[in-house]
Amino acid sequence: MFSNYKKLRENLESGNVWIKEVVDYYLSNIEKGKHLNAFLSVFKEEALERAELIQQKLNSNTAGKLAGMVIAVKDVLSLKNKPLTCASKILENFTALYTATSVQRLIDEDAIIIGKTNCDEFAMGSSNENSAYGAVKNPYDETRVPGGSSGGSAVSVAADMCMTALGTDTGGSVRQPASFCGVIGMKPTYGRVSRYGLTAFASSFDTVGVFANNINDCALVLDVISGKDEMDSTSVDVPAINYNDDINDIKKLKIGYVKENFAEGLDKEIYDVINEKIDKLRQNGFEIKEIHTPHSKYSVQAYYILTTAEASSNLARYDGVRYGVRAKESVTIEEMYINSRTEGFGSEVKRRIMLGTYVLSAGYYDAYYKKAQKVRRLIKNDFRKAFEEVDLIISPAAPSDAFKIGEKVDDPLAMYLNDIYTTTANLTGNPAICIPAGRDSKGLPIGLQITGKDFDEVSVLKLADFMIRYLPGSSQFPG
Amino acid sequence: MTILLKEVEEIAKLAKLKFNDEERQKLQKELDTIIIYMDRINELNLEGVKPLEDVNETLENVSRVDINALSLSKEDALKNAPAKTEDYFKVPKVI
Repeated sequence: MFSNYKKLRENLESGNVWIKEVVDYYLSNIEKGKHLNAFLSVFKEEALERAELIQQKLNSNTAGKLAGMVIAVKDVLSLKNKPLTCASKILENFTALYTATSVQRLIDEDAIIIGKTNCDEFAMGSSNENSAYGAVKNPYDETRVPGGSSGGSAVSVAADMCMTALGTDTGGSVRQPASFCGVIGMKPTYGRVSRYGLTAFASSFDTVGVFANNINDCALVLDVISGKDEMDSTSVDVPAINYNDDINDIKKLKIGYVKENFAEGLDKEIYDVINEKIDKLRQNGFEIKEIHTPHSKYSVQAYYILTTAEASSNLARYDGVRYGVRAKESVTIEEMYINSRTEGFGSEVKRRIMLGTYVLSAGYYDAYYKKAQKVRRLIKNDFRKAFEEVDLIISPAAPSDAFKIGEKVDDPLAMYLNDIYTTTANLTGNPAICIPAGRDSKGLPIGLQITGKDFDEVSVLKLADFMIRYLPGSSQFPG
Repeated sequence: MTILLKEVEEIAKLAKLKFNDEERQKLQKELDTIIIYMDRINELNLEGVKPLEDVNETLENVSRVDINALSLSKEDALKNAPAKTEDYFKVPKVI
């Protein structure tokens, strides 16, 4: 409809377009794209009611920063009085009792929440095939996955069903689907955005991230949802992002790349595209430096040890007592716990709970969990050191393009290895973005990842903006 | 083999999950593959490295003034309960 929110806002303010028309436009695209299975619920009536209310605010000059922006929200984030399924059977009848801080901040600035998007169950997965409500399809090729876990949010933006979307990123769940669907996906620094109302998967890794079609929209939404929140003690009180698209000083930014990233397992076409981008940056006068993060090759191991451990603990709350599905015909309370969990959880969630329980169990705690925490420190130290030499690091976002639905479902380890480039930023907490970098010979999108210093989202966004605007092949969005 | 069938059964008990024979065997193979992969962290010398628990390392005790704040009402707390009485969650007999 409009290529970015700024243009939409100008047209809303000049009266060229009404918010209701904007909402109708996205609702009709959601209807048209129903077969992609991106949404678990759509709030048609409320969205239209909100449109009217916000239109009045616009007319009286009291509208918020996001007036009329239509946003989709991943169904692991709470919105009061609406279903919150986490794409799990165990929460099929659950109604949220409060609203997540990130979502509330969008509403407070007069955004319109159009619906909740499909995802992997409890955000565990890299393909969106682990949803109890069916797989999501990639709009570029419907026989392929959209990536995960925030696949529905990525598709909703790629297929123009909303202007922006919220996802969550614990090990790449915003950036990897962004890469597969040819959109922008940003994971902020851990602590930048409150996790209150985000259903916990791995609490020391979970972040709320943003999907958008351009950097200005991405920065705007990120700015709105950011900030210290007394409901999340890990949220950090740091200055706002205050992004502006002035890129005059951009070439002062020193850029690094990790040579080890361009090794085995990386698709040749992706390798070529990322290398070409690095060359182009060099030709444009950027200082490019090879850096080393020797411990990042242990990222996936450390990541899966720590996150499954945290998940096994976080998911202990689903016991069929206070909420969620309760298995029928259980005589004892113990049977009720076991049957409810066994019937309610899908196979990947069970696998991770089992792994997590294993690494935390007596005799293995020191061998796995504690060791992985030490590896996490070594990786963090590698990046701290690297960021003394450079401001930003460029890497692939995923080792492959969007794979076929069903291709990796029987090989959990192969699925985990798809997170090889994204898990590091969650182990270290650094902000990272995935931007479209071109298409491969199959016509599928290729993503490029930019990682920045802690709380320096601005530099990440600026380089992303520069690359999309000035380096050809960086901004191929579906029409 | 890093994990035995018997261990899978013990872990399932701790995790309050139940698997049939076929599922248990499949799970054993999958977990074995993953654990072998995870074991690669043993290549590293981790002596003297302090475990990293909080990436920003800024966590400290947080307290607030002791005044009444908004919390869930009884009605709300019971709203999603699979079984309840007027005031309580209802579960199978415990004692």
